[in-house]
Amino acid sequence: MNGTDLIAILPLLVLTVGAVVVMVAVCIRRNHLAAVWLTLLGLAAAFASLWPAASVAPRQVTPLLVIDGYALFYMGLIIAATFVTVILSYGYLEKQAGYREELYILILTAALGSSVLVASNHFVSFFLGLEVLSVALYAMSAYLCDRKHSLEAGIKYLVLAAVSAAFLLFGMALIYAQLGTLEFGQIAAMLISGVAYEKSLIYPGLALLITGIGFKLGVVPFHMWTPDVYEGAPAPVTAFVATVSKGGMVALLLRFFYETGAYHLHKVFLVFSIIAIASMIAGNLLALLQDNVKRILAYSSIAHLGYVLVAFLAGGNRAAEAVTFYLVAYFVTTLGAFGVVSVLSTGERDADSIEDYEGLFWRRPVLAGIFTLMLLSLAGIPLTAGFVGKFFLVAVGTSASLWGLIFVLIVTSVIGLFYYLRILVALYKSPSETGKAAPAALPLLSRSGSYALGVLTVLLVWIGVYPAPFLDAIQRAVLTLRLF
Amino acid sequence: MILVWLIVILLVAGVLAGLAGRVSTLWPRVISLVAVGIDFVISLVLWSQNSSYVKLFPQSDWFKQVDWAWVPQYGIHFHLAMDGLSLLMVVLTFLLGIMSVLVSWKEIQEGVGFFHFNLMLILAGIVGVFLAVDLFLFYFMWELMLVPMFFLIAIWGHERRIYAAIKFFIFTQLSGLLMLIAILTLYFIHHSTTGIYSFEYHDLLNTVLTPHTAMLLMLGFFVAFAVKLPMFPFHPWLPDAHTEAPTAGSVILAGLLLKTGAYGMIRFVVPLFPGAAHEFAPVAMTLGVIGIIYGAVLAFGQTDLKRLVAYTSVSHLGFALVGIFAWNEIALEGVLIVMIAHGISTGALFMLVGGLQERTHTREMDRLRGLWATVPVMSGVMMFFAMASIGLPGLGDFVGEFLVLLGTYRVSLGVTIAAVIGILISTLYSLKVIQRAFHGPNTHEWSLPDLGKRELLMMIPMMLILLWIGLYPQPLFRTFKPALQKLQQYAAPKPVVTMVPDARQLSYDRNGVPGMNRSEP
Repeated sequence: MNGTDLIAILPLLVLTVGAVVVMVAVCIRRNHLAAVWLTLLGLAAAFASLWPAASVAPRQVTPLLVIDGYALFYMGLIIAATFVTVILSYGYLEKQAGYREELYILILTAALGSSVLVASNHFVSFFLGLEVLSVALYAMSAYLCDRKHSLEAGIKYLVLAAVSAAFLLFGMALIYAQLGTLEFGQIAAMLISGVAYEKSLIYPGLALLITGIGFKLGVVPFHMWTPDVYEGAPAPVTAFVATVSKGGMVALLLRFFYETGAYHLHKVFLVFSIIAIASMIAGNLLALLQDNVKRILAYSSIAHLGYVLVAFLAGGNRAAEAVTFYLVAYFVTTLGAFGVVSVLSTGERDADSIEDYEGLFWRRPVLAGIFTLMLLSLAGIPLTAGFVGKFFLVAVGTSASLWGLIFVLIVTSVIGLFYYLRILVALYKSPSETGKAAPAALPLLSRSGSYALGVLTVLLVWIGVYPAPFLDAIQRAVLTLRLF
Repeated sequence: MILVWLIVILLVAGVLAGLAGRVSTLWPRVISLVAVGIDFVISLVLWSQNSSYVKLFPQSDWFKQVDWAWVPQYGIHFHLAMDGLSLLMVVLTFLLGIMSVLVSWKEIQEGVGFFHFNLMLILAGIVGVFLAVDLFLFYFMWELMLVPMFFLIAIWGHERRIYAAIKFFIFTQLSGLLMLIAILTLYFIHHSTTGIYSFEYHDLLNTVLTPHTAMLLMLGFFVAFAVKLPMFPFHPWLPDAHTEAPTAGSVILAGLLLKTGAYGMIRFVVPLFPGAAHEFAPVAMTLGVIGIIYGAVLAFGQTDLKRLVAYTSVSHLGFALVGIFAWNEIALEGVLIVMIAHGISTGALFMLVGGLQERTHTREMDRLRGLWATVPVMSGVMMFFAMASIGLPGLGDFVGEFLVLLGTYRVSLGVTIAAVIGILISTLYSLKVIQRAFHGPNTHEWSLPDLGKRELLMMIPMMLILLWIGLYPQPLFRTFKPALQKLQQYAAPKPVVTMVPDARQLSYDRNGVPGMNRSEP
């Protein structure tokens, strides 16, 4: 490893140093605001270090990590989403009693794990990244440990994630036993040469791998943890789980299956098709039955990952581009939606019941407007990022003639409208019906949270109206994927 | 550039109105009125500049256009263009836009700013639909209309507003997504044959399709437009949405949103897939006729005035569907007149019913009765528009329906006869309204204020316009004639096709199966 290698992995190093610095600072003196500033500074530095890293990309750093445009793009996305999460957490935790500063150490660690994940092209780094991310998430989910739900979420996530990690490891072991390599590149070479197909352990290995990945993505039938964790975890953490954790995994999914070409295998294709269809149907139908906004968003995220898989199955550069674009849109939207939930939450409980939102428009028109835009974006309505994202998904699906999957996507997304509309209707219920008169003095929203929401809203509309620059950046990033 | 302004003015006014709503209830109304008024004047100026037939035809399809690269990676352009067809639709949009601002002046008292924000957004979406010639942009605008309309119904509507709003949204969204798949498939087929990624209307017109694919794609578009039109059996959203919407919402729904369906069929369905459309024509025309009769019969059975007017739309737009699929010049001219005249007459009927509801707080005909004595002017105006809706000669609707029948006669005698029966039933329901609600003794002892100045200001121009269309429709014909000819040219490479008796046989030739469909003697 030489200097250039270090420059290439500078973003990862900065994140690591950031986590340590915050930890030391907290040891010296507890101060919430200072911890937040240090964290934000660390994230900003990590973001800035993407450019030096880009100047030496693409570069293979040790056999474990590949720093290419694709990895750097996803790192940027993860770091930006983490930045927003930290800002939301600040406003959220200010309302909470107890120790607050440790959350930021965990957030930085989790972001590091996710960043390793997107840069890995080796099973070892894949597993390392995943565990760094997961372990931090256990603690984050259970962070408000005097709340029953939060503890439940943490424990549930711990148990299930540990089991799924075991599956994943076993899958890797099987593939290793058969092919004698842990590198994606060599696996790809063996798949191309046809050596791999004769080996009987490849399919079981891939199946176990898909189980582990599926768990992290929260797709059916590995979705059971999603609603409970979404509901129990503090709102900003939920936003983090929905974006950084799932996004990192999607990036890895694309890299692994596209670079090894494993998605060409008929059985793999079939399994992913079934997962996608089941996720779209189950996610959207189960969301209809919920009364809890966080649970609705959890089920909707299951459905959205199903949509993403449709484009993933289309294969090729365009598909990688569409998936990445959709993720960008989904990051902005999800952060915004959970951002609204966090700023409305109080010290006692999260604002997660639909009743909390009834008539919100007449009390807080701007906040309700932002939430409206976020929901419309999830539903894929024009002027929002979600519309363009969904358009590209359907476009690549159509170009690959995945008619069955596209048909399910269309029908289930219409079913999905019901629950988005339900929240919308609640938002705009007139004060005379809800019986809630506008209180004389509204509790002040945290200023930081409002800024974050403002920026997200602008981004949402910008991507929705003029996606060309974003698409351009994504195209350049995705081109560095070595497609099979 | 002027086309972009038409939309931008509305959007800016919407935002301003939304903001102004926080300080007063008057400003949002004034801002919206001024904005739509400016747009109306601009559209009239455009019309007066381009009304002459000779000036435009040979050079290009459009009087005006704007074409900017939008998402170049996917060949998506922000391409707005205007020809005679879209021009008239845009003029109608702004006219009814002004009316819907005026009609809400007293009716809407809660959330005035947000109401006008939505209103402006809907109008912007509708104008966009009429002007877009890039299919992505078209779909964008098509979807854009939905959300504000949803809010308009769900927030300011009547008793069952939430149900109606959600039903409306789901119907249109599902059908819209089917159209999206059709658009994308067409786009990829076009790419695979030419190597160019383009959503541009003119590029896609020349896409080579197998008859089977063409039929499927045509149905994708057709369903989206048929839901909006609404065609039987896709109409169930309409009575609910129209009835529960506030008056302005009903006016826009009936006057404009339904027209986007007819417009889409004329602009896209037939020209893009002429062969498939021709093959499908008998089915579409039959469904159109069923709609005419079914809508009329159901209208006759209603006791809720607003619901009655809503069902008449199903009936009248059935004529549009029949005329479109007859696809000859006379029928198409008729369709356009039907679209404009129906927009005005039904819009006016909804406004009058809304006015009645404001005064009496009921829409039930049985509870009204004998209103002529207490509101003579209003009753007279109602009578006028009811007669227009029947198709009384001298008023706009007559010209349209007559031409549609004339054009359809050349294609199918059976359809024409059935459609005429529909007109007959329309006489029954219109007379029923007048007789039940306005004639007879005033048993409920209503004593109501007659039409006020604001209401007269709305009604008189609409009456005059209907009279004008009824007596001298020539300027309208002159404006859209070149556009129609162009469209017919796209749809029929052999220009004589629709005019000769055995049109059906000739047009089968276009599908490459000459003589296959008829055994030669």
